[in-house]
Amino acid sequence: MIWLEKRPQPSRFFAYITPLLAVLATFLFGGLLFAALGKDPVQSIITIFWEPLFGEFAFYYRPQLLIKGAPLVLIAIGLSLGFKAGIWNIGAEGQYIMGALFGAGVGLAFYPAESVLIFPAMVMAGALGGWLWAMIPAFLKVRFGTNEILVSLMLVYVAEQFLASMSLGLLKNPEGFGFPGSRNLQQYDSAHNAEIIAGTGMHWGVVAALIAVIFAYVLLARHRLGFAVRVTGEAPRAARFAGVNPGRLVLFCLGTSGMLAGLAGLFEVAGPAGQVSIDFNVGYGFTAIIVAFLGRLHPIGIVLAGLLMALTYIGGDIAQSQLGLPAAAIQVFQGMLLFFLLALDLFTNYRLRLGRAETA
Amino acid sequence: MKLITLLASAAVALGLAGGAYADGHEKTKVGFVFVGPIGDGGWTYEHNKGRLAVEEALGDAVETVYVENVAEGPDSERVMTQMALDGADLIFTTSFGYMDPTINIAAKFPDVKFEHATGYKRADNVSTYSARFYEGRAIQGHIAGKMTKSNIIGYIASYPIPEVIRGINAAYIHAAKVNPDVEFKIIWAYTWFDPAKEADAARALIEQGADVVLQHTDSTAPQAAAQEAGNVVTFGQASDMGQYAPFPRVSSIIDDWAPYYIARTKAVIDGTWESTDTWDGIGPGMVGIGEISDAVPADVKEEALAMKAAIADGSYHPFTGPLKKQDGSDWLADGEVADDGTLAGMNFYVEGLTGEIPQ
Repeated sequence: MIWLEKRPQPSRFFAYITPLLAVLATFLFGGLLFAALGKDPVQSIITIFWEPLFGEFAFYYRPQLLIKGAPLVLIAIGLSLGFKAGIWNIGAEGQYIMGALFGAGVGLAFYPAESVLIFPAMVMAGALGGWLWAMIPAFLKVRFGTNEILVSLMLVYVAEQFLASMSLGLLKNPEGFGFPGSRNLQQYDSAHNAEIIAGTGMHWGVVAALIAVIFAYVLLARHRLGFAVRVTGEAPRAARFAGVNPGRLVLFCLGTSGMLAGLAGLFEVAGPAGQVSIDFNVGYGFTAIIVAFLGRLHPIGIVLAGLLMALTYIGGDIAQSQLGLPAAAIQVFQGMLLFFLLALDLFTNYRLRLGRAETA
Repeated sequence: MKLITLLASAAVALGLAGGAYADGHEKTKVGFVFVGPIGDGGWTYEHNKGRLAVEEALGDAVETVYVENVAEGPDSERVMTQMALDGADLIFTTSFGYMDPTINIAAKFPDVKFEHATGYKRADNVSTYSARFYEGRAIQGHIAGKMTKSNIIGYIASYPIPEVIRGINAAYIHAAKVNPDVEFKIIWAYTWFDPAKEADAARALIEQGADVVLQHTDSTAPQAAAQEAGNVVTFGQASDMGQYAPFPRVSSIIDDWAPYYIARTKAVIDGTWESTDTWDGIGPGMVGIGEISDAVPADVKEEALAMKAAIADGSYHPFTGPLKKQDGSDWLADGEVADDGTLAGMNFYVEGLTGEIPQ
């Protein structure tokens, strides 16, 4: 008989090895899936994971990895702080949208004036937009004890309505023949989040993501606030004895994650996306939740996880085009990754035993 | 930018060499970027049928590739770039939101031809094409006005863009012409494809008394919702949706991209491709009217087919005056026909429609 025994201490070894095992299991079962669809499984996996990094056109795909990965990492870093403390911000997608709207709004308000101050003002507005949107669930939780999971999630749909309204009304391109969508910020130099060095994919959002990673690392490892975050998640009662103010922590965690999500939205709308449009948001806020967990809520882990997710997106599109794999199969493949990670996570806290269960 | 262009041209040359015939004749590679899944049963499904028709018509001379579910924005730029790098000669980008990305990528690959559906920005290597769906809407409106008993017609609209507003106006004008008591209830779904949302919208409209539901979204979910309700008439959108015939689906507007895709691909093969702006309707066959089922009374069917014939031969234009705007101001004088510019940017309702276009 096989049974599970709770470990007295979570296994550090398994905590580090499970992401790797999850990736290997995904290779195996994803390969079986691709084979069942009549595609060469090895070729498929090579196309998804090898092509973008080392294939013929890697010079193009490597920078794309940064463009796709940066918003994921930026958002996931913010989320991880809250998740560590047991504060669940599920609405990063909404904060991402509001950051983009605030930031783009400031930029478009100055159109067509040119000034080096416009972009910094947009960045601040983007951060403010995301922060404000996250403050709604934070305030309601602190003041009335509402559930931040539900409130933040519902606010995503409110934000989507705002986005639609802005693309069709206030921010609509006056020279757009009545079509929805704002002016393209890529064609407005002062507001454009251009690549810092052309062809590298390195735009200010990537820089911001790296800074956020370093800050989060220092905060968690060295700062008193980081200690409060960790202890609250691991032992809420002990945290209270240690003098942690739970309300203030909620405001801090939701506020920070909202701010970072807002920044991600701003950098995206001013750079790679270029314009406010009804379909501007493509799910980075939700995917970042996966990234945060895949990265073990650890800043370095999140960078790796963000790049890995970006890789599966980019490689997935290549596999669709080159091998004719359906998009749904790629999504299943990505889903497997999270599934195996969570499933294998069990072994961090439990160990597998063979033989008879001892009766107490 | 320059580096990419340079390397890209080299890469394209390499990529093509791989697919070359023994006699040096090269396969023409055609890429398709789809906004939805090819199994959506509507918009993307029809574009994919066009792709398959290209393969069938031109056989060994072409190779087609596609990527489905591509988000508008940077993801679509990457997919287009990837296709161009892999040696595509012609790329069809089949959603309005791909407009700026198409222009951006076309500038980086001057030797690759691009075709963008439903947009208005062109370049030397970017053509645009769209279909006059509103011609089909006029016929739908006529049938809907005759079929409704509650005099309430539900309309599931996607986004408040000119194309959709044009459809609402065309349907309303022709419904009200045969049934002055008719009222339109419009729900904005803010999606092209979301079966759950579309089904909810259809149910909400049916609960509000609509016994005809028109849709400008791509899934068959509203058809299923109408079938469930039992006595509600629907029309197939973008694709025939014939699995719901003869009732609730009594007819449909079908986008037939195949002739256009074949012609444009041939033009690339022959070296005669030029940047153009195409806006075709029932006449040239880009818009088809699906079989009008027996659930429609014979005289109504006859009238509908007569209107179809008149639109096809150009003797009737669905936007013919006298027509007023919603606010009561004059738009078209008696006998006057709307010009394409106004239609292309249409952002107002005609007189009689209630509610406001969301801003």
